[in-house]
Amino acid sequence: MRITCPHCGARDSREFSYLGDAKMAAGKGDFASVYLRDNPAGAHSELWQHVMGCRAWLEVERNTSTHEVLSIREAGK
Amino acid sequence: MSRLPNGGLIDRTRTIPFSFDGQSHIAHPGDTVASALLADGVRLMGRSFKYHRPRGVLTAGSEEPNALIEVGQGAHKLPNTRATVQEVFAGLQAQSQNRWPSLRFDLRAGLDVLHPFLGAGFYYKTFLWPRSFWHRFWEPLIRRAAGLGRISALPDPASYDKAWKHCDLLVIGAGPAGLMAALTAGRAGARVVLADEDFMLGGRLNGEALDVGGMAGADWARQVVDELQSLPNVSVMPRTTITGAYDGGTYGALERVADHLPDTSPAPRQIFWRIVARYAILAGGAHERPIAFPNNDRPGIMLASALRSYLHRFAVLPARRWVVFANNGEGVRTAHDLLKAGAEVTLVDTRKEAPPETTCRHLPGAEVVNTRGRQGLKAVELRLANGDTEWVEAGGLAMAGGWNPGVHISCHMGARPVWREDISAFVPVENAVPGLEAVGAANGDFSTHAALKAGAEVAAEALGVKPVDLPKAEDAPIEITPFWQVKAKGRAWLDFQNDVTVKDVELAHRENMQSVEHMKRYTTLGMATDQGKTANTGAMAVMAGLTGQGMAATGTTMFRPPFSPVQIGALAGRQQGANFKPERLMPGDGFARAHNANWLEMGLWQRPSLFRAEGERTWRQSCDREVKMVREAVGITEVSTLGKIELLGQDAARFLDRIFLTPMKKLKPGHIRYGVMLRTDGFIMDDATVARLAEDHFVMHPTTGASADVLSHLEFCAQLRWPELDVQIVDASEQWAQVAVHGPKAAEILRGPGFMRFANMEIAGVMARVYGVSYSGEPGCEIAVPARYGAALLGWLLEQAKALGGGLYGIEALNVLRVEKGYITHAEIDGRVSHHDLGLPTPEKDFIGRQMAARKGLRGPELVGLKPVGSAKALIGGALLVEGEFSADNVQGHITSAVFSPTLGHMIALGLLQNGRARHGERVRMVDAMSGISAVCEITPPVFIDPKGERLHA
Amino acid sequence: MKYSVLEILRQGLTGNKGWQPLWRNPGPKPAYDVVIIGGGGHGLATAYYLAKTHGIHNIAVLEKGYIGGGNVGRNTTIVRADYGQKGNSAFYSHSLKLWQGLSAELNYNVMFSPRGLLELCHSDGQLEAYNRRANMIAAQGDQVEMLDRAGVRAYAPYLGFESARFPIRGGLLQRTAGTARHDAVAWGYARAADRLGVDILQKCEVTGIDIANGKLQGVQTSRGVIRAKKLAICVAGRSSQVAGMAGMRLPIESHVLQAFVTEGLKPFINTVINFGVGHFYISQSDKGGLVFGGDLDGYNSYAQRGSLSQVEHVAEAGMSMIPALGKARLLRSWGGIMDMSMDGAPIIDKTHIKGLYFNGGWCYGGFKAIPASGSAYARLIATGSLPDYAAAYRLSRFESGHLINEEGTGAQPGLH
Repeated sequence: MRITCPHCGARDSREFSYLGDAKMAAGKGDFASVYLRDNPAGAHSELWQHVMGCRAWLEVERNTSTHEVLSIREAGK
Repeated sequence: MSRLPNGGLIDRTRTIPFSFDGQSHIAHPGDTVASALLADGVRLMGRSFKYHRPRGVLTAGSEEPNALIEVGQGAHKLPNTRATVQEVFAGLQAQSQNRWPSLRFDLRAGLDVLHPFLGAGFYYKTFLWPRSFWHRFWEPLIRRAAGLGRISALPDPASYDKAWKHCDLLVIGAGPAGLMAALTAGRAGARVVLADEDFMLGGRLNGEALDVGGMAGADWARQVVDELQSLPNVSVMPRTTITGAYDGGTYGALERVADHLPDTSPAPRQIFWRIVARYAILAGGAHERPIAFPNNDRPGIMLASALRSYLHRFAVLPARRWVVFANNGEGVRTAHDLLKAGAEVTLVDTRKEAPPETTCRHLPGAEVVNTRGRQGLKAVELRLANGDTEWVEAGGLAMAGGWNPGVHISCHMGARPVWREDISAFVPVENAVPGLEAVGAANGDFSTHAALKAGAEVAAEALGVKPVDLPKAEDAPIEITPFWQVKAKGRAWLDFQNDVTVKDVELAHRENMQSVEHMKRYTTLGMATDQGKTANTGAMAVMAGLTGQGMAATGTTMFRPPFSPVQIGALAGRQQGANFKPERLMPGDGFARAHNANWLEMGLWQRPSLFRAEGERTWRQSCDREVKMVREAVGITEVSTLGKIELLGQDAARFLDRIFLTPMKKLKPGHIRYGVMLRTDGFIMDDATVARLAEDHFVMHPTTGASADVLSHLEFCAQLRWPELDVQIVDASEQWAQVAVHGPKAAEILRGPGFMRFANMEIAGVMARVYGVSYSGEPGCEIAVPARYGAALLGWLLEQAKALGGGLYGIEALNVLRVEKGYITHAEIDGRVSHHDLGLPTPEKDFIGRQMAARKGLRGPELVGLKPVGSAKALIGGALLVEGEFSADNVQGHITSAVFSPTLGHMIALGLLQNGRARHGERVRMVDAMSGISAVCEITPPVFIDPKGERLHA
Repeated sequence: MKYSVLEILRQGLTGNKGWQPLWRNPGPKPAYDVVIIGGGGHGLATAYYLAKTHGIHNIAVLEKGYIGGGNVGRNTTIVRADYGQKGNSAFYSHSLKLWQGLSAELNYNVMFSPRGLLELCHSDGQLEAYNRRANMIAAQGDQVEMLDRAGVRAYAPYLGFESARFPIRGGLLQRTAGTARHDAVAWGYARAADRLGVDILQKCEVTGIDIANGKLQGVQTSRGVIRAKKLAICVAGRSSQVAGMAGMRLPIESHVLQAFVTEGLKPFINTVINFGVGHFYISQSDKGGLVFGGDLDGYNSYAQRGSLSQVEHVAEAGMSMIPALGKARLLRSWGGIMDMSMDGAPIIDKTHIKGLYFNGGWCYGGFKAIPASGSAYARLIATGSLPDYAAAYRLSRFESGHLINEEGTGAQPGLH
């Protein structure tokens, strides 16, 4: 997989680490936000960090059935 | 000798000696092991997997299922090597495999007689009783018979590399289609990678007597390759197999750099490339199909295209008398080529309406119904159109059953190919791999003209450039009438290597293993080393005939990467053995090495475990001395592995207050606090000290093992959770060397800022950050200096410590010191422990993990101290704390850390125990079933020395 | 038709024409007592135990593709009972006992082969953690022993002892663990269930779950509406989608895990070995292929294929553990959809909908769990309560905090 980091350009996904559903960023620390997941087969907004690059957390929209990357933006902005 | 006097793409001026099963042979440059053996009259090259049937070459390529050999000796031995691909080099030693005692006389060939009882899935139906008989008797018997080649079990001495390549266009296959694609893109200035698994580029043009652009096809190919090699923007990669298509236009590629050279070559044997391509063109050609007829597996029976390759490229005519068995126009082409080479030919064409042919004996509507010749074909039985049968003497039989486009790479991302009735073949679907398009024979366009045209046009369209002019070439359509299997008595092979016959597919059908996946798994069809390239379509056709569903509905199984098998060594590259992971060294690493340190792995770090003094024979002697030294004088140890994270900004205090369970907001500048942070699920993530250097500047020291995760967590919170807070996070872990100086005499070396206080101080002329923290319970401090001064600082400290009876200590002593003091590590906070378990109160303020930490289930076993009672001496890490009989239900906790305390003179331990805090003074039994030791312990508070901390504040 | 040596001889002498189908291809009935969604190992085993142990025969197993086509046919076939957390150790201990008699029970050779499992340790800390695990296994009554470096060397001399980045310090050995033939498990249960009257409906995809007043009514399928008194979800990998049809949101993420097999080689590795630094595990099949796997790719995926970086990563670990592997060729790699729960342990429970049951979240552990999972799930469906050995696998544990976290990594499935 390749992820185009807004700061660093297109890189192999091995430069990034994965956290999961982007909803977790706004989670209030309650049961549902910590434990329950939509887990869709299809478009999924998720959080990746460019750990071997600029260390920015990115919100990547990706199709979980095809691995096609649909959009990427810096998370929290 | 079967070498023709003229022709071929071999260098007859030179000879290369090699051996097969100890027999000497001679080859020419340009030969494969298979072509050289055929030239020397050797037809028997292998044995099949299950029935150990004698086998010769079926193909002339990487899809070869029969002629697998071991190349090399000892640790260099490479099993399952395709003789049809392996280039001959001087001194090459090849052995046949899967036979005993010899290839000609293989005792296990006796299994062939038992075949009625050994059909598909026979093992599922028997060996059921008695219970352990399967595992103890039958399975070892089956295992011994299974497998193909032998692996040496010695470390692979070869070296391999891995590398990246980026290009605009990746062209897979350098046949007519691929060459035209590369030429179109290359002349237009695009970055092109042209990869082909063969050592000679040109694809089928090298194996046919076809003209392109008014010259021999092979010559045309050579010309184009020369031009491509002259273009700086084109990488021409022979001996390079594209192994798989992955997401984002990434392809795996295996370049065999030195497999055609002796083992002594200094080059890496192979390079595994990851190629990132904007576009890719799949021009890998097609694989010819065999036809299923009784005893179609004898040495001498091969695919017609393979035979033509041996004729034209290698100038080998493997036999004088041939039967050509075809269901399409390739039969005539093969017959003509054979006749030209001086062979005698009988052309058996299953098509009753085949165009008449007068150059040889031509039998339209006839079939091959049997063959003879145990170790090599001797005769072929024909059934003529009128039903008569006759035996024809023949040493070779060429099968032309039609072509399977090489769709494999197009299927690597989950797409399945579609059946095209007009050409009787599966072809790739559009967009099967984003950015990849199949052309030429790989796309079902079998004529040379069509391949040339599609290659140029598709490349031009992808890159938005002009296609190069087409050279003139043949444009014959494939005239095929599907014919898959001869209906006659006897076993007809579908999967040659795994010995799957038509009967096995019929049995699978009878037993309701009718879906292609069930059939594959039940019969093992398509699971051979060619991943079904030679077997699958024929078997699907047999199954389609039985179910009456037709090919389109029957479908295919999944093709998975790699396209052809790849050595694990190449996939690993240099990241193996000692280089498996990087090594992290502390700034004082050299210093410690110069001072007799013993070493310990801690994650990626190398840390001194102890510093052995003269006369010490066991680690315990050194460790005990070092502990006493710290408790009685002063000890120096490097702690640079700790995380060192700087937090800056107006809101840094508020940020840390939310991160930590421990309140941090009111920490004063110049002060330090110990704190615990939780994960969102309420369990402890890590503990750390936090120093406030200034109003808007903090330094946090998370533990060695957790610091990377803690850093990501902090960045997550700063960037995503609370972007409104003014806080910047900088990881300075590598920038600072940090050394701990502790003991009652530490102050004589350096009077620090005091316990849990911070100060910037000048030490030996270097500005240092001095933290008044202790992990040993002794007074002192940790001194941080820029990493380049680490060794100097250690030297300066050691010199003074020595004068005070102190010295260096390692991680073993540090561990004893911290257990004596009841300080925790990740042995205690192992990800399943909550702050309740440690006895930490829950503050009023908000912090990450607050809600989830309040759950009932997070009140688990509690941190306690343990010491042995009575005559028992040993406490063991990982031992269980048990109430009553030793059983899972009675387990109440376990020992997390156990050490011998030289200060107290006996063993002590930390543990987690149900309701432990209320049980101080009570007893519990420790059981270590692994060593058989069981001991009664007293439950104590987790702090063994100086519970009030008087030493620290002294 | 009973399978035996005699039957093989009899059929072999008469052209193998008399073998019967392993299971029938019935059409769906309008209604069943129990409908099981998912014709994988767990679903087929559940059907078998419902019929065999609990006397319920009016059962349908619905499979959207072909039976055994999911994770039961895509795993690395390892069977072990080496868990350190109480709920897990009880369950897998029971499962291992069922494996030992499974071929005889099903009259189908699932080739369970207790060839041993060795887990390597590379540091003091790891040795202590494994010692604790070994003690738990022993407390559960299962066979286990700890080996030192010399012991490991004697047991598996081909491991990388020289110039290793993380030298081998010892290992945990369970001699009763091993491997089984994965497809045979699905087929064996299917055949046995079919003989007890269970309808196996292939190419029958569930498209909706009918619920009225909090009570289950039946399912909509690609082969029509089927009414059911009880509906059992058993679709590892697709749990979120199917449970979603009943309005449930689960503590589960779907991840990709790759598995690998080499070309056939003469016997070389006669046991199962697990690397202690990074995930890597390997065994050799009866056909001669080295079967191995590694870590999750680490991101949500339903694609049943993984990334090249993980392939390389696994090869690096493999070479570091067994330096001879360099000369073995990788033949095929594939991906399965892992039903990763938030604590790494599975779920077998009732749901808030009357008549609807859930079984999923098996993470890496699904294959070896099949016999115990099937028998526990059958018991739950038939009697309303779970047996003791599976009692920890409640769905409610996430809310109450009674987690079974073998790795201690928290609610982040990619790290389990």
